[in-house]
Amino acid sequence: MLFFIEVALSGLMAGVMYSLVALGFVLIFKASGIFNFAQGVMALFAALTLVGLMEKFGMPAWLAIIGTIAVMIALAWLIERVMLRHLVNQEPIILFMATIGLAYVLEGMGDIMWGSDVKVLDIGIPQGAWDWLWDQGIYIEKLEMFAAVTAAILVVFLAIFFQKTRIGRALRAVADDHQAALSVGISLHTIWVVVWSVSGIVALVAGIMWGSKSGVQFSLSLIALKALPVLILGGFTSVPGAIIGGMIIGVGEKLAEVYFGPMVGGAIENWFAYMLALAFLLFRPQGLFGEKIIERV
Amino acid sequence: MSERNLGEVILAVDNISLSFGIMKVLDNISFDIRRGEIRSIIGPNGAGKSSMLNVINGFYHPQQGSITFKGETRKQMAPHRAASHGIARTFQNIALFKGMSTLDNIMTGRNLKMKTNLFWQALHIGPARAEELENREAAEKVIDFLDIQAIRKKPVGKLPYGLQKRVELGRALAAEPDLLLLDEPMAGMNSEEKEDMCRFIIDVNSEFGTTIALIEHDMSVVMDLSDRVLVLDYGKQLADGEPDEVRANQTVIDAYLGVPHE
Amino acid sequence: MFYRETGQFKANYQDDQALFPIDQDRYVIFAVLFITFAVVPMLLNQYWLNAILLPFLIYSLAALGLNILTGYCGQLSLGTGGFMAVGAFSVYKLMVAFPELGFIPLVLISGFITAAVGTLFGLPSLRIKGFYLAVATLAAQFFLIWLFNKVGWFFNYNATGMITSPPMTLFGVIVTGPEANPVAKYYLVAGFVAVFALVAKNIARGRIGRNWMAIRDMDIAAELIGVRPLIAKLSAFAVSSFYIGMAGALYFAVWLGSAEPTEAFDINQSFLVLFMIIIGGLGSVLGSFLGAAFLVIMPITLKNILVDGFGTNSALAAHIEIIIVGILIIGFLIVEPHGLARLWRIAKEKLRLWPFPY
Repeated sequence: MLFFIEVALSGLMAGVMYSLVALGFVLIFKASGIFNFAQGVMALFAALTLVGLMEKFGMPAWLAIIGTIAVMIALAWLIERVMLRHLVNQEPIILFMATIGLAYVLEGMGDIMWGSDVKVLDIGIPQGAWDWLWDQGIYIEKLEMFAAVTAAILVVFLAIFFQKTRIGRALRAVADDHQAALSVGISLHTIWVVVWSVSGIVALVAGIMWGSKSGVQFSLSLIALKALPVLILGGFTSVPGAIIGGMIIGVGEKLAEVYFGPMVGGAIENWFAYMLALAFLLFRPQGLFGEKIIERV
Repeated sequence: MSERNLGEVILAVDNISLSFGIMKVLDNISFDIRRGEIRSIIGPNGAGKSSMLNVINGFYHPQQGSITFKGETRKQMAPHRAASHGIARTFQNIALFKGMSTLDNIMTGRNLKMKTNLFWQALHIGPARAEELENREAAEKVIDFLDIQAIRKKPVGKLPYGLQKRVELGRALAAEPDLLLLDEPMAGMNSEEKEDMCRFIIDVNSEFGTTIALIEHDMSVVMDLSDRVLVLDYGKQLADGEPDEVRANQTVIDAYLGVPHE
Repeated sequence: MFYRETGQFKANYQDDQALFPIDQDRYVIFAVLFITFAVVPMLLNQYWLNAILLPFLIYSLAALGLNILTGYCGQLSLGTGGFMAVGAFSVYKLMVAFPELGFIPLVLISGFITAAVGTLFGLPSLRIKGFYLAVATLAAQFFLIWLFNKVGWFFNYNATGMITSPPMTLFGVIVTGPEANPVAKYYLVAGFVAVFALVAKNIARGRIGRNWMAIRDMDIAAELIGVRPLIAKLSAFAVSSFYIGMAGALYFAVWLGSAEPTEAFDINQSFLVLFMIIIGGLGSVLGSFLGAAFLVIMPITLKNILVDGFGTNSALAAHIEIIIVGILIIGFLIVEPHGLARLWRIAKEKLRLWPFPY
């Protein structure tokens, strides 16, 4: 029984990690209707930059973080200028493809700028098992707990941001209809830079968590794909949905791997999340929290 | 209007009620349409007119009531069944296939008349080719009728609004329907275009004998064209009868028509 | 003015609906076919064949398949790699078990098997649309690759999990495996592609193709015309998977010779073919070819320029290549989101007037 709880909790923690990446997706999708495939690579790029700043320039962690945030904001500005501006009002699939192109560019750039070997990321987040639980026989890492708390704080902050602030409202308007938002005087360009910056910062947080846990390496960008089932469950536009979706996927995946994996040779994690998402979709085509699409003729 | 030779009832709806959640869109609507008739449905915006057409089509399923078409009674319709039984329609907000040309759009209207299977289609010889040519001729007749030869190969997305509406009518006509549902066919048109559309509607009815159900806001058009008029308001049936009756009906005047300025 | 259509009148619908109604187009196509089947084999060398021609042709076939599903019918699919794997493994098992049936029939059968699998994974498309469907196809992609990796029966229990193509002959000439005759390989693949390109064009301009496009453009209205979304979507999945399966079979048996599922058919393959049809042009047979050509030739050209020309080391060159591919994709989408096929059509329009300005 204890083992089950451990697996479940471990899954929850992994799920939180997924949620962090999914959050970035939701932000951009909510505000620009773009499904940003490059989100995972952005997390990788952010983490690479962080480590690079700390190692190559010898900056202390706090300074490096600020530096990386600056880089991500600059990146957001660049993306808006060079790419988004020219793709206003294109169909979603075009935008999606453009972000795949972006992912390739960022990946190549990250490799060239900071090298492609695995890096260790240590900014002082507590490591090791959480002693209190360990005494009870359950092994949960402090790092994962830290990530969960961070995620929770982020969610609250973002939720307030979207609902209560003027910019938040503008973001929602833009997500609905680019041209209509333009016609009421909302500056698309500023909004987009804001959103992609925030998303970049969320990516940085995700990158830090993942990087501290398993080192900064290329596979981080593959998380982007895993975030898709999370978004399916949680809905593409719901911030709390991203969290809950992430947790469901995390737990489901871990449980399946541990309990069913041995029966079929293991490595179920490769596809289980997608199958789970698929099953959900069949019952609720708009995901758990997504908005029901009512088509008017 | 002079006495017209109208046939038996082709469509009858009985006590139709439709709700979306707690919002009641149609409340106990009953009326019928006779073969060869031009029937108008009028009423203020939001009265439920388009919803009524959607119910006849099978897009919306009523919670209550029944639909009798060509003698068969059902609780609800399905879109493809409506199509195969001879109901065609146009939409308020043009529902053309924007990625295809005018000709292709009209050819899609012939879809149910074409049957050859994938194998012959792949080779494009024999039965597939013959069928394609046969239906091309039928489509060209419609194109002729609507006078849109010049824009035959143009992608419809690039056409001006008025022409798009005409092409949409063409697609509906290509199916050789028994019942044609037109949802605000003259919306957004200038008076010249409206005249053309009116003429087409009358011609369709007189030349092909197609029964027509029409949603329209332009009262002069409605009163001129229709054999009978149904008035809806907030989902309820206000009046149902010949144009002159309806025009004189006080509830209709209060709710919708108003009185001419002195 | 060389491209003027003046004087070319069509007297009946039959001529108007011909595959290449404009005379100049017809000449171009004949020239292309002549070059493909009569000229190129003379000039063939092993490098050109393996590095450029075979992958171009095979990817064209896969791109045709994906274009049918995504370009004509509007169903986004990220499962192309997985379906190619189905084709490859099917043909492998068939070649080992029934070599007497002959290579071409085996490829066709693999196509049908993939069509069946594709239809199965296409079932969710009835409830799910757009991006959500893409995720469903991702499920197919990851699941299939896992399956071919794990279940020994597929790779005949050999220790490495790789499959190797046994030599098969066609009219007495070996066409698969390492000893295959290059010219024979070329004719085989080119023949397949030519035939099935024609088939795709035929289907696309007929009732079924129109129904697919109707579903793509507005599926609600399509239902009204009497199109049954179920049948239309599943038929798109089936035909598309048929093509992709055959491409996978040829990819493995004729081009690679041996393959390992996680390398040869992973998600990157799915993205690659998707890029091909986006850059080439969605909903266009010509576009499938143009996109395949672009994405086969460009990386090679880049590598040649960078490594041979500037002497950059290959790791760096690989990174630069990725960046440039990314930039090109973004650039294309900005400049001409409808792909090279649209650019071609615009060029033809200009050619009608050239050398006059208007």
